[in-house]
Amino acid sequence: MKKFLAYVKDYKKEMILAIICIEAETAFELIIPMIMADIIDVGIANEDRSFILLKGLQMVVCAVISLFLGNLCARFTAICGNGIGASIRAAEFQKMQTYSFSNTDKFSTPSLVTRLTSDVTTIQNSITNGIRPGFRSPVMLLVAIYLSFKINGALAVVFLIASPILGIVLFFIVKNVRPLYTKMQGAVDYVNRIIQENLAAIRVVKAYVREDYEITKFEEVNQNLKNNSEKAFSLAVLNMPAFQFVMYGTILSILWFGGNLVIIGNMKVGSLTSFLSYVLQVLNSLMMFSNVFLLFTRSLTSWKRITEVLEEEPTITDDLAKEIEIKSGSISFEHVFFKYKETAQEYVLSDISFDIKPGQTIGIIGPTGSAKSTLVQLIPRLYEATSGNISIDGHPIYEFTQKHLRDSIAMVLQKNTLFSGTVRENLLWGKEDATMEEIERACRIACVDEFIDRLDNGYDTELGQGGVNVSGGQKQRLCIARAILKAPKVLILDDSTSAVDTATEAKIKEGLAKELPGMTKIIVAQRITSIMDADQILILDDGKINAVGTHKTLLKDNEIYQDIYYSQQQGGNL
Amino acid sequence: MAKTTSRVKPKNVKKTLLQLLRYLGRHKISLFLITIFVCISAASGIIGTYLLKAVVNDFIIPGDIPGLINMIFIMGIIYAAGVLTCYLYNKIMIRTSQQVVSEIRSDLFQHTQKLPLNYFDTHTHGELMSHFTNDVDTISEALNNSFTLLIQSFITSIGTIIMLLVLSWQLSIIVIIFLALMLLYIRRNGKLSKKYFEAQQKNLGAINGYVEEMVAGQKVEKIFNHEEQDYRKFCELNENLREASTKAFTYTGKTVPTIVALSYINYALSACIGGLFALAGLTDIGTLASYLVYVRQSAMPMNQFTIQINFLMVALASAEKIFAMMEEEHEIDKGKITLSKVRKEADGTISESDVYTGEFAWKVPKGMEGYTYVPLRGDVRFHDVIFGYTKEHTILNGINLYAKPGQKIAFVGSTGAGKTTIINLINRFYEITGGQITYDGIDIREIKKADLRRSISLIIQDTHLFTGTIADNIRYGRLQASDEDIVKAAKLANAHSFIKRLPNGYDTLLESDGANLSQGQRQLLAIARAAISQPPVLVMDEATSSIDTRTEKLIEKGMDTLMENRTVFVIAHRLSTVRNSKAILVLENGKVIERGDHEELLTQKGLYYRLYTGQFELD
Repeated sequence: MKKFLAYVKDYKKEMILAIICIEAETAFELIIPMIMADIIDVGIANEDRSFILLKGLQMVVCAVISLFLGNLCARFTAICGNGIGASIRAAEFQKMQTYSFSNTDKFSTPSLVTRLTSDVTTIQNSITNGIRPGFRSPVMLLVAIYLSFKINGALAVVFLIASPILGIVLFFIVKNVRPLYTKMQGAVDYVNRIIQENLAAIRVVKAYVREDYEITKFEEVNQNLKNNSEKAFSLAVLNMPAFQFVMYGTILSILWFGGNLVIIGNMKVGSLTSFLSYVLQVLNSLMMFSNVFLLFTRSLTSWKRITEVLEEEPTITDDLAKEIEIKSGSISFEHVFFKYKETAQEYVLSDISFDIKPGQTIGIIGPTGSAKSTLVQLIPRLYEATSGNISIDGHPIYEFTQKHLRDSIAMVLQKNTLFSGTVRENLLWGKEDATMEEIERACRIACVDEFIDRLDNGYDTELGQGGVNVSGGQKQRLCIARAILKAPKVLILDDSTSAVDTATEAKIKEGLAKELPGMTKIIVAQRITSIMDADQILILDDGKINAVGTHKTLLKDNEIYQDIYYSQQQGGNL
Repeated sequence: MAKTTSRVKPKNVKKTLLQLLRYLGRHKISLFLITIFVCISAASGIIGTYLLKAVVNDFIIPGDIPGLINMIFIMGIIYAAGVLTCYLYNKIMIRTSQQVVSEIRSDLFQHTQKLPLNYFDTHTHGELMSHFTNDVDTISEALNNSFTLLIQSFITSIGTIIMLLVLSWQLSIIVIIFLALMLLYIRRNGKLSKKYFEAQQKNLGAINGYVEEMVAGQKVEKIFNHEEQDYRKFCELNENLREASTKAFTYTGKTVPTIVALSYINYALSACIGGLFALAGLTDIGTLASYLVYVRQSAMPMNQFTIQINFLMVALASAEKIFAMMEEEHEIDKGKITLSKVRKEADGTISESDVYTGEFAWKVPKGMEGYTYVPLRGDVRFHDVIFGYTKEHTILNGINLYAKPGQKIAFVGSTGAGKTTIINLINRFYEITGGQITYDGIDIREIKKADLRRSISLIIQDTHLFTGTIADNIRYGRLQASDEDIVKAAKLANAHSFIKRLPNGYDTLLESDGANLSQGQRQLLAIARAAISQPPVLVMDEATSSIDTRTEKLIEKGMDTLMENRTVFVIAHRLSTVRNSKAILVLENGKVIERGDHEELLTQKGLYYRLYTGQFELD
């Protein structure tokens, strides 16, 4: 809750103005029935026409002022609510950017997206819709109670009985409905997950004729959701009859006691009627307040989900970073172990040690699941080694800031991501202020120049989300060009030429060697031809280094390498 | 909670309303009870207020205490009825509405399962998801509250107006004028805010898309140190959203205070003129007092009614989208021929079997009753097949091809050459526009779709895993498979060794589509899933693209034993994958341009040769 107030601070001015407007508006509204009482009790009793007209005019003026204030309040509230919503969203996004993948994996992508969007919308809506009744009703309540005491203290005791009853009932509802809403939200998540998976895998479902199986699965979660929401909503709607019960009871008591007072002559008829209207006001305020409460109960669930995002500690930090720079690009691994989850029993990588000299080219090859990609992702600290030491230029990688480390290392991932935008915009990810010459040079090295002219608008061709407009081979070449633009000290290619033909691949390698000779290159590949001329070849098997050598030595001694080599010899080009 | 109070207008209100009523109609008794209870509850409120006047005028002013007691007692009963019915209708309404909503959701899901793939190609997942989430939610909210509130506020409005007319028709003219003014205001404001709400929705969509793209591309963002630029872009979108939604909410926020203020002016005028009336002797004080109570009350149901009509319209717009989806045509399935597990006797006769024998036959209905059995052999032929995903653009222009039973047949060609399309057609994922496809001599349209697909195991490049354990995901291929079967299939797919190393082996829970598994491992699981289904025909569409060549060889060996004498279709980018196929078909522009085995194609020195020698890149 303290955290929440921090976001309110930026909109303190609007918030205060909104509250002032609400309270002032409320005050004017409260005056109106008092003036009304005068019309009946004084105006009519004294048969004073001009008094009646004057009071009428006063009422209209009050109403007009409250109209003006109400409109102002709507404006300030909207600014405040939507502003706070925007700040929370921005804070979440910023926080999310500091996450390591173990952080992200904890939430899962769809859940993170919901927490950044619909959860914030829920909060934003409850602020915007809740401020007015939230600040209005307590004042209404207090003033009405005060005024009714003033009209008739004895009669006003009725409130002291009615209010606690209503309060207790509402408290009971709110208290019990909260866990029910949380449960309901969980049930909604299940249903959404089943649908999402089903839609994504619809081809698998149809191919295996599993429609009925999927329907059964869905029915289960659907029933669960139905039961949970029925429970939650059933309790929440008790609000209405409970309120009516207390309101009617109060009216009847007042009629009885008030009626007696009037008959005895201790009270005027006009006072009784305005007293009645205050009673209604008190109870109405309580009702509104309880609605705001229910609204907040629902958004509390959302706020909890948001704080989880905001309070998640990034597992990879710059705490140990110093002011040092990467100069040469030598890399060494010393007894590195890694597993994705603390709780996992087996290591994904075990006891990895090797050294790379600046400017060397390293090939990494090995069977599926041997953790090749995982290994190279440890270098730019996408994941943190569980134990052991990785150093660049003799310094452990955590002594560089993440920014500098990642600036100095370019990596092309196995699963390439291009973003919606033009080809040029995507390339500029590598270097924001790259000149046209720099772009063209990078494209020449990555052999992008071979096809760029064939795209509809050259560098200005729009790529859809994920780069759907270019073929696999073209996408890989664009990603390589984007990485080269960074002018990195270390370049890591993770199976990133698999869809490029061997002739082009050879050209890219030649270009890299000629134009960027000082750069350390790490190439993860499945084809022998991609790595056979590397200075060192690492063979990974089952997360362990099986052998290190060159094409020649490995072909002579290493069984895995021979196996891979011959399996591809027969196939020639992959 | 003012959920998009903009007037999102459904196109055909009447039709959608009728469809929605059909769902509600299954709960006639509940609806009947709800309507009755709402009426009683509303009436008790109106009558109660009406009696206030009688209490003041006839009993309190004359000082008739026994009469007063009597009257309070009567009012107590009326009010009690009101509270009781209010409780009952709310309770029944929630039950009914949640039942209806769950029925709608269920029908929608069931219908979705029967839609042709074409539909999924032309609609994004986000779009389909939003029918299940946003649209269903809107209906749920509306049914929960709006339905009863609508009836109640309507009855109360009418009742109040009648009461006002009864009490003093002259004074009522003021109220009616103001009510008309309020209605006009609400309509105008609704129209104005609609524009802003549309802008808000658009900006919200943009920010949703951006966040989704950025979370998915997080690795690339980090590698390129692009956090700052992305944050700037996000802030820009965020600011646009803030501006739009502030405007939208300012407009809707103004409605309530404006209506309240208008009702106060109305109240003031009524009091003022009423006072003058009383002085002129046209009305008595008691009547005036209760009249004024009604005046104050009249604004609320009117306001309520308009708001609820708005909600209902939004809900109907959502319902319309859902019903439109439910009206989409199912996949066409008129086939009558089914697939049976059979046993072949020594004398060549075929009889049905309950257990897996490795033999299958097509059960062809003959005449009025009785069947003949055609053994399943996996002989697939295309005769002049014409097909396009859209009418304007044909992909296959009269393609002819054949796959002999028991052969391994490979398709090679550029992206867009039609490889995957051919596979999709064998499975009848899409309907051909011309020509004929036969399966063991039977037109595939004669075969019941479920059985056709059951006869073919398909492995596609993008492996989709479901939330559940590894074992569950493999078992998806054959639901009755035992644990031993699963291990056997995993071993065959070379997945056993990596599964064993997972934290909980086969019981390791996969979440969010198996995010921690490598591409290759996912493909191994998909192969295991196909292997366990014991398919008569196997189709592998780039199924081993992320698996290294050595492992692939091992899998191939296992699959070759499993699929001995059965037809296998392979699509691969990597030529080593297809090299040992009996027949390799090279496709280009929806036509078979070369056919033969590896050696034959090399001697032809055509496209295959150029691919093989690395002179050409497959896109």
